[in-house]
Amino acid sequence: MIAEQKKLAITGAEAAAHAMRQINPDVVAAYPITPQTPIVEKFAQYVADGVVDTEMIPVESEHSAMSAIVGAAAAGARAMTATSANGLALMHEIVYIAASSRLPIVMPVVNRALSGPINIHCDHSDTMAERDSGWVQLFAENSQEVYDLIFIALKLAENENVRLPVMVNQDGFIISHGTEIVEILPDEEIKKFIGEQKMMYSLLDTKNPVTYGPLDLYDYYFEHKRQQVEAMDNVRKVFPEIAKEYEEISGRKYSFVESYKADDAEYVMVALGSTNGTIKYVVDKMRQEGKKVGLLKITMFRPFPKEEIQYYLNGKKGVVVLDRSMSFGAEAPLYAEIKSSLYEVAVRPQLGSYIYGLGGRDITPDMIRKAFDDAIEGNLVVDEQRYLGLRE
Amino acid sequence: MAELKGWKDIPIGGLITEPGSSKKFNTGGWRVMRPIYDRSKCIDCMMCWIVCPDMAIIQEDGIMKAIDYDYCKGCGICASVCPKNAIEMKPETEFQE
Repeated sequence: MIAEQKKLAITGAEAAAHAMRQINPDVVAAYPITPQTPIVEKFAQYVADGVVDTEMIPVESEHSAMSAIVGAAAAGARAMTATSANGLALMHEIVYIAASSRLPIVMPVVNRALSGPINIHCDHSDTMAERDSGWVQLFAENSQEVYDLIFIALKLAENENVRLPVMVNQDGFIISHGTEIVEILPDEEIKKFIGEQKMMYSLLDTKNPVTYGPLDLYDYYFEHKRQQVEAMDNVRKVFPEIAKEYEEISGRKYSFVESYKADDAEYVMVALGSTNGTIKYVVDKMRQEGKKVGLLKITMFRPFPKEEIQYYLNGKKGVVVLDRSMSFGAEAPLYAEIKSSLYEVAVRPQLGSYIYGLGGRDITPDMIRKAFDDAIEGNLVVDEQRYLGLRE
Repeated sequence: MAELKGWKDIPIGGLITEPGSSKKFNTGGWRVMRPIYDRSKCIDCMMCWIVCPDMAIIQEDGIMKAIDYDYCKGCGICASVCPKNAIEMKPETEFQE
């Protein structure tokens, strides 16, 4: 049954803090960094006001934040942190350790361009640097999705066949500092949905002692990596079940990808994050003009939902992939994945790679329309990387 | 070396779920030089037993018995402290079939 929900006008950062409040994690360790700061700022207020029971650890760096969270999660605590850009980069070493130690950590990431030159605004270079770390990566389009995906992420992370950490990405400033209406579920509904964490390999379980992080050489390291592959495969099985359960209480549907008028479209754009909202607006406008365009929004980037991509993009005339980050000297991250997914489809579409929005550069409806027009005019050249909003 | 298990048969995350399992890890496989013990020269002074960093000197009631090649890494400290030169270090290649 769908629960009665309270509508609040809040930012994406506040939506993340609200979700954390309702999760009531045992431990939160964090270090401030723009544009993530308002998440832990708001959460620290909840701690100070006694609204949550969380042990809050103000640490001296993000490397320490992730280290503390790894320790807490290994002890069996529900442990969370949040970060952005250079903070995430500083965590990098421990980000891998969290995943390979199979710790169910949920971390909101507020996407911001990596230095240098130093920049505080949105792009996806920070999270893309972690795409092979073994974390599940979810991307929110707006504040509502930030709120919802954090609960789904928690349940996914703690599933005994998964046991992987999850990043819930939101675009810096665009989502994190933009006020929108967010529907908040009652606390007790969330409590019921997330349930109690089932203890697995807790360091505090003295009757069943375990060692975390031992030396793992050529005799077993390879096997442990293979287990991580299996856990990612299990995400594909478990995520739809959790999303369905969440839909039953919230009325909001989540899947690996969201098709927006893509089913009967001839030209489809593919993107991550907040830009999907702008693309939907452009799709609506162009549909009114009789142009058969659509959008495939990627909600889950890791594991990559290849089957869904193949299902939606097979046989399309043109596919435009938007990337908010680059891989210098190679194809852009999302484009490379989409192109690789299309290797096996029966009818491969024309493909175009478009980079946009680096360092917070605005992406306007006109730019999106231009990319759609390129596709419609048959002017897509595979692997020709083009730029939206860049001055020549 | 104990028989190695496949990825489906080991705990996740590299976790060790039983205490004292390092006994199963035969570090002697790392050895390049092998200590060879000559009983006829030995005076059971136990110097080798005291200095061995891997507890690889097997003794019974103060009598030197053998070297435990499962754990001896071949550091050679025993040979260097032995007052009677009863331990000689030889390359492992000499023992390969």
